[in-house]
Parts: sequence; C-alpha cells; structure tokens
Amino acid sequence: MGSISEFFQHLMNGLTLGGIYALIALGYTMVYGILKFINFAHGDILMVGSYIGLFTFNAIRGQQMGIWTIVAFFIAMIAGMLFSAVLGVLIERIAYKPLRRATRLAPLLSAIGVSFILSNTAAWAWGTKSRKLDYPFDNTPFTIGGVAITPHQILILVVVIIMMVSLKLFVDRSRIGKAMRATSLDQDTAKLMGIKADQIIAITFAIGSALAATAGFLIALEIKVYPSMGMMTGLKAFVAAVVGGIGNISGAMLGGILLGLLETFGVALLGIPYGMRDTIAFVALIIILLIKPEGLLGKVEKEKV
Amino acid sequence: MIVLETKKLTRAYGGVVAVSEVDFQVKDGLITGLIGPNGAGKTTLFNNMTGLDTPTSGQVFYNGEEITNKSAHRICRLGIARTFQNIRLFKELSVLENVMVGLHFKTGKDPLKGRLKAAVDSYLHVRTEYDATHEKAMKWLEFFGLSEFADELARNLPYGHQRELEIARALATDPQILFLDEPAAGMNPSETESLMNTIRRIRDLGVTVVLIEHDMKLVMNICDTITVLNYGRNIAQGTPEEIRNNEQVIEAYLGKEEE
Repeated sequence: MGSISEFFQHLMNGLTLGGIYALIALGYTMVYGILKFINFAHGDILMVGSYIGLFTFNAIRGQQMGIWTIVAFFIAMIAGMLFSAVLGVLIERIAYKPLRRATRLAPLLSAIGVSFILSNTAAWAWGTKSRKLDYPFDNTPFTIGGVAITPHQILILVVVIIMMVSLKLFVDRSRIGKAMRATSLDQDTAKLMGIKADQIIAITFAIGSALAATAGFLIALEIKVYPSMGMMTGLKAFVAAVVGGIGNISGAMLGGILLGLLETFGVALLGIPYGMRDTIAFVALIIILLIKPEGLLGKVEKEKV
Repeated sequence: MIVLETKKLTRAYGGVVAVSEVDFQVKDGLITGLIGPNGAGKTTLFNNMTGLDTPTSGQVFYNGEEITNKSAHRICRLGIARTFQNIRLFKELSVLENVMVGLHFKTGKDPLKGRLKAAVDSYLHVRTEYDATHEKAMKWLEFFGLSEFADELARNLPYGHQRELEIARALATDPQILFLDEPAAGMNPSETESLMNTIRRIRDLGVTVVLIEHDMKLVMNICDTITVLNYGRNIAQGTPEEIRNNEQVIEAYLGKEEE
C-alpha cells in the first residue's frame, strides 16, 4: 500500500513539473520549427514574464485571501503572458530578423547576447534576491488514497492542460495554425501562397513567449522567481524539446512530461542524490542523441540537395 | 492585351549573368511557352517575376503596375501563382490542407473586422472557418480528380498526382496568371497527354498560363505563343510555327554546323 501511494505521489509531482517543462519546451520547438534556430533567450523571456506576473499580482491582490485573489492570480498571469509576448516579438524584430540571411551562427550568438542583457537588466532593476508569489488561495494539501495533492498542483495541471489543448487545436485546425505549419515546412512556398511569413513568425514568437511566461508564473507559485531562473529552466526545457523531437509540437509536450517524471522518479526511486537532479536531463539528452538523434517523435530530415 | 511584361530584366550572380536584358511579354488569356536549352535562364526569369528573386536591373510590370521589388506574398495576392520544377508541396500536410493553404489569404479577408478580431475569430470558430475553406478546397481537388486522396499526406501521393496537386494549390490562390515550371517533367506520354488537357481546361477558366517545358510535343501543341531564351537572352518570339522554322532557335538547340 505504502509503495503504491508513494508511486502515485511521485507521479503527481512528476506530472506537475513535467507540464511546466512542456510549456517552455513548446516555445523552443515552435521557433525552431519555423526558423531552424534555437532561441536561447527563451528562458529569460520566461523570467521577465514571471516578474511581471508577480508584480501585477502583488499590486492588485489586496489583503484578504478570497475569490478576488484567485481572479487576481489569473489577471496577473495574463499580464505576464501579454508582456512576454510583446517582448518576444520585439526581440525577434530587433535581434533576429536582421540576421535571417546571415550565417546560422549569427542569430544564435545574438540570442545568447539577448539572454544576458535580459537577466542582467532584471538583476539590476529588481535585485538578485529571489521572490516568491503569495498564495492566491489556501494550499493545504488534501489526501486521496494516501496521495497528498496540493491545490497548487491541481491549478498547475489544469492550466497546463488548457494551454496544451488550445495550442494543439489552434495549430491543427485554425487558419493561422495551418499557415504556421506551411511556413515551417517551406517558407518560400508559403509566401507564394500569399502568406505573410514575417507575420507568422511574429505570431510564433508571441505564442511561445506567452507560454513561457505562463510556465514562469506557475514556477513562481511553486518555487521562486530570480533573475537567472531562466538559465537552468530554459536549458532543461530545451533538452525536453530535443528529446521529444525538436520542431515537433507533440514531441515537446511528451519530452517535457517525460523529463519531469524522470527527474522526480530518478531522485525518489533510482536513488539519484537530490543534488544531482539537474544532471538527469542532460544524461537523458546524451542517451537520446546517441540512440535516436531526431528525438522520440522527430522525423529524420534528409539534407536538401 | 499584355498582362505581364519585363523590361530589360537582368539577373547576375556575381560574374555570371543568368538573364540578360530580357523583354518578355505575356498576353491575357493565352498559353505562353518559355523554352530554351538547359541553363538558358528560364527558371531565373520565373523567380524574378514571382518575387522569389530580385532582378539586378530592369523592371517587371503587371497590369501596368510595377512589381519589380515586391515580396512574394504581395505578388501572389495581386494574382500571380506558380509551381516548381522540383515539386514543392507541403509534404507533411494532407492533400486537402495543401489546397487550403492556397486559399489562406482569400479566406482571411474580411474588411469589417480588424486584424486582431479576425485572428481571435479564426480561433474561436475553428470549425466554421474549416468548413467554408474545406468546401472550396474540395472543388479544386475535384477539378483534378484528386478528391479521393483528400486526407492522404501529400508526400504519399503518386508522382503524377503530386504535380496536379501543386497546380491545384496554385489555382486556389485565384490567380490571373499561372506559371508552370516544367509541368511534364518525369511524366510518361499518357500522363503528359492528360496534362495538356488540364492546361487547356485551366486556360478555359480564364487563367493566363505561362509554362517552361522541354517536351516539344506539348509546347508546340498547346502554346499560342512561344518565347525562346538562350544564354540568358531572348532570341525569338512567335507562334509555334514561326519558332519551329526560326534559324536561331534551331541553332540554339542543335548547334552551329561549322564550329
């Protein structure tokens, strides 16, 4: 009994963590799908989004915990998403778009530069001390069949599921989503179909950045917010995207969730010391690169002749 | 009436001049052939008229309006569509979706709604948008007899059908002019025969067709007028009959006798 409920406990924790990774991984994978480029500033866009969310929440939440604090939580989350979306689009316009015809290394270096600019500016403006979001509602865990679940975990799972399902519907079924897929498959031909590729790229950055901000805000709820938080979180989500098959949206979701489960179960069941937890992602990356370099759901890309 | 025209169009890549001062004209409602030996600059000329490439010098006019430096998506929206020599379908999309992408900008137009609202609407009414576009796209598939493959991935279509799908997708953008880059390449005689019929049916829809082709039987049979390029220059222009008897053209294809 004990071991079964323990298993479900870790499963729950792993899914929550994995859902957050998945949200971030989606941004990497969508941008890669369209521009064949890794946006290394993605983690820092997440960081800015969580700060904006946190500030908004603190400004409007009031004193008493109640219905309003829950509403305020979502308003703050949306504020963070919008801010990050605009930030993501601006970064693309200023730092990546002018380099689209340059060597492939150029936008990559530009992205690393943007990453440092964002995290240093945040440290300068907001200080390096880490902050935590005040609980929008009572977080006393309740137990179902011996598994302790916190209301926050449920909130995180619900938000993650809503985001993933709407993204998948949007990309698969909507007109803009179809244009996004066409642009990622063949940008020139998409243009010849009258698709404004630049606009589609901007939308991709906006969506990816908003998802990252959401993830960052959820992290603020569970863990904390600090200027360099984007670094490790971003890297791990990037690993998740590669493990799932970079460029593949379902792959990013799968990769993120797998990584969350691996980290949780790795520490709990395989006895990997907690201090070594962050290495699990990278070991998984190396194994995947050796066995299935295109990722779990990725397709082998033939070089164009 | 001339719908499309280039004036002294030149495209050089470094020292290599692919197209040199070409004056090319397309007349409304006709099928125009563009022929010439390999490397004569035919595809380069196509690329420079459809916005995929920018001329080094010279101009392109469409219905009297200069479109020389316009981007590909704007030229498409003005009414010019094309296919490629090496078929460029969206291979991972379904056959139907390929045509729906061709309908993209038509279905997005709604002057009463702001852009943001249109975007939100397309999101909230996913199904509605899908249905309207779906119907139009199916009509194009029927035109080419491809309805039964609608839900297949484009990559899984047999070669001949892939060519047809590429044309269907281009027609979905509702062009006034359709450029076909070697539509018969890789086709067997019976496929070529049916392609000729298709091209005539497209012309009968009121679409002006311009095609690059090496299959002389096809060119001589269906083209109303032919332009010949050699070494990037326009060496002849006329009816199939005139082209067949033009000495410069014969020379370009067969070589000079004393060399």
